[in-house]
Amino acid sequence: MSLLVRNGRILDPAGGVDAVQDLLIEGGRIARLGRSLAAPEGTAVVDATGKVVCPGFIDMHVHLREPGQEYKETVASGTRAAAAGGFTAVCCMANTFPVNDNRAVTDFILAKARVEGVVRVYPVGAVTKGLKGAELAELAELAEGGCVAFSDDGHCVMNAEIYRRAMEYALPFGAPVISHAEDAHLARGAAMHEGLVSTELGLSGQPAAAEDVMVARDILLAELTSAHLHIAHLSTAGAVRMVRSAKARGVHVTAEVTPHHLLLTDEAVRTYDPNTRMAPPLRGKRDVEAVREALADGTIDCIATDHAPHELAEKESDFAAAANGIVGLETAVPLLLDRLVRPGIIDLPTLIARLSGGPARVLNLSGGSLAVGAPADLTVLDLGQAWTIDPTRFRSRSRNTPFGGATGTGAPVMTIVGGAVVTV
Amino acid sequence: MRWRRKDLLGMRDLEPGEIQDVLDTAQSMKEIAAREIKKVPTLRGKTVVNLFYEASTRTRTSFEIAGKWLSADVINFSASGSSAEKGESVLDTARTIAAMSPDVLVVRHHAAGGPDLIARHLPCSVVNAGDGAHEHPTQALLDLLTIREKKGHLEGLHVAIVGDVAHSRVARSNIHGMRHMGMTVTVAGPPTLIPPACAEMGVKVSHRLEEAIASADVIMMLRLQQERMRGGLIPSLREYSRVWGLSRDTLRHVRGDVLIMHPGPVNRGVEIAPDVADGEHSVILDQVANGVAVRMAVLYLLAGSRPA
Repeated sequence: MSLLVRNGRILDPAGGVDAVQDLLIEGGRIARLGRSLAAPEGTAVVDATGKVVCPGFIDMHVHLREPGQEYKETVASGTRAAAAGGFTAVCCMANTFPVNDNRAVTDFILAKARVEGVVRVYPVGAVTKGLKGAELAELAELAEGGCVAFSDDGHCVMNAEIYRRAMEYALPFGAPVISHAEDAHLARGAAMHEGLVSTELGLSGQPAAAEDVMVARDILLAELTSAHLHIAHLSTAGAVRMVRSAKARGVHVTAEVTPHHLLLTDEAVRTYDPNTRMAPPLRGKRDVEAVREALADGTIDCIATDHAPHELAEKESDFAAAANGIVGLETAVPLLLDRLVRPGIIDLPTLIARLSGGPARVLNLSGGSLAVGAPADLTVLDLGQAWTIDPTRFRSRSRNTPFGGATGTGAPVMTIVGGAVVTV
Repeated sequence: MRWRRKDLLGMRDLEPGEIQDVLDTAQSMKEIAAREIKKVPTLRGKTVVNLFYEASTRTRTSFEIAGKWLSADVINFSASGSSAEKGESVLDTARTIAAMSPDVLVVRHHAAGGPDLIARHLPCSVVNAGDGAHEHPTQALLDLLTIREKKGHLEGLHVAIVGDVAHSRVARSNIHGMRHMGMTVTVAGPPTLIPPACAEMGVKVSHRLEEAIASADVIMMLRLQQERMRGGLIPSLREYSRVWGLSRDTLRHVRGDVLIMHPGPVNRGVEIAPDVADGEHSVILDQVANGVAVRMAVLYLLAGSRPA
């Protein structure tokens, strides 16, 4: 089946393309780009006049919660949320029940994705058995099964020796080790970032150093092992500094940042809204400035949402007892277009690159560009579309967001995966 | 009367004029305590519920007496032995109580922000009677009333708050309140018990007791919560007491007219020597007496200005 996307502004940072053109898809791949392409017999036509057509967005940090916590999210609901939010692929983290620390769980997730998913699903395997930080998971089998990276996300592997061995053992698979960099002792009992706001609110804080200490350690281990280290949800000015200098030294380190760490500071916690509680916590103003700058200059390779669905009861409690994390798949792109691109903090091609080519390169995936022959994964944006975030209309099974009621302009309007328009 | 708030959750957001109103109202309430028949009909037909999730003797009793002297119906709802122990969430418990239409809910909660959460979801007035390490506004108000009574004014006075500032809601509420009233505040204690970025709250920070109290008009000693040692914040009670305890000896370095305060309960011999707690500078029992007057004022201002 073929599809002609007509008259859109084709914006492909990876290929250096920014022009109003037609784009023809055949056999699930991009066949031709050009002006006034003829539609072959039987081709469906999508009119993209006035819209931006870009490489499909990849969210490399998502919690799909299946197997084990289907009341929060499933592969079916999570991939629909992804498609609604403009993402054509997601990576799902290993902290399911049971943990994705063996091939059987990976197979289960991928089988679910084939049958019930509507976007591409790339599992992330655990680094250690049961995420306990003590023994290596069967990384070779996980890689054979289709895991594209390894992470104990949600937990920091505190034993440096185990982490060193994990980095070494993962070398043959060409898959990054993703670090949830948070020193468990410095962060013990903390509900938010440590600073004036935590002091005034009387909440226990974790210093930025809780992240920095582990980013420093992991960069040193990556240097020792030549492994590919990826820093998950980087949130501090100190971590930015260290990643920047490690990259300059030639260490194979990459990093992601979440929309909430780009858009909110710890001031947002003042209402004690449990939807402002996450790990790492919302940081200070200088940290936000640093991650924005790092995103613009490429020190940070990509944006990932850390989509973390929780049901209401886990969030409707006092702040210190509330669960960590917020959903992000359906809010990320509209918020970033409105709050970073419209005010000119990040230009549109850079934002698109950090959502498509950036994560594709981190994970060695084939997507992320609109080159002829590439898989036809596309995200279509309408920069003029006004929106209001209404959590009751989420495709996700969870509604835990601090952005409910927010308004803005610019949103994804169509998601195309493998040449087919996804309907949610 | 400028008082237009639904709730009293903290000192941080109060205006100086509002604090003045509470203190003036409390001053006039004190006259009731001196009567033989300690009862006025001001809050007749109003219901005050004390919802306490954390043990408390003086604060709960003080709110109870305050409500009763104003003729309100006062119900004590202690979270132990109640549905809270059966797993009911804070909000569900609060909604259940709210369904019984109280006028004021007085909430003590072990978690910072607990009363804020309840206030956001309920139509009745909520008074924060202490939440975690966040705020304890009526304690700060009674401390201000005590200082104003003894010194005749507040503006320009210098207060030293000494001890475990990091875990103290009393310290936070007093810092906000005293700053609003034009007072100078020095906080002092071992650096591990001074909260991060504390100076940004507009206070001076000192790590030496003598330096902190030398020019103080008021010394406020904080209770050392003994479980702090487990967190590795201080090495031993013995050392803490020797370095940071207020004794006759340390008092040689202070002003002759200094007031010594303590929010209670006192760890005698730890943060304050018994002869200092009971000595001529101490106003600890005046604080307790003023607690009732301040809580009468707060209940009156929140519930009394609306028709029954």
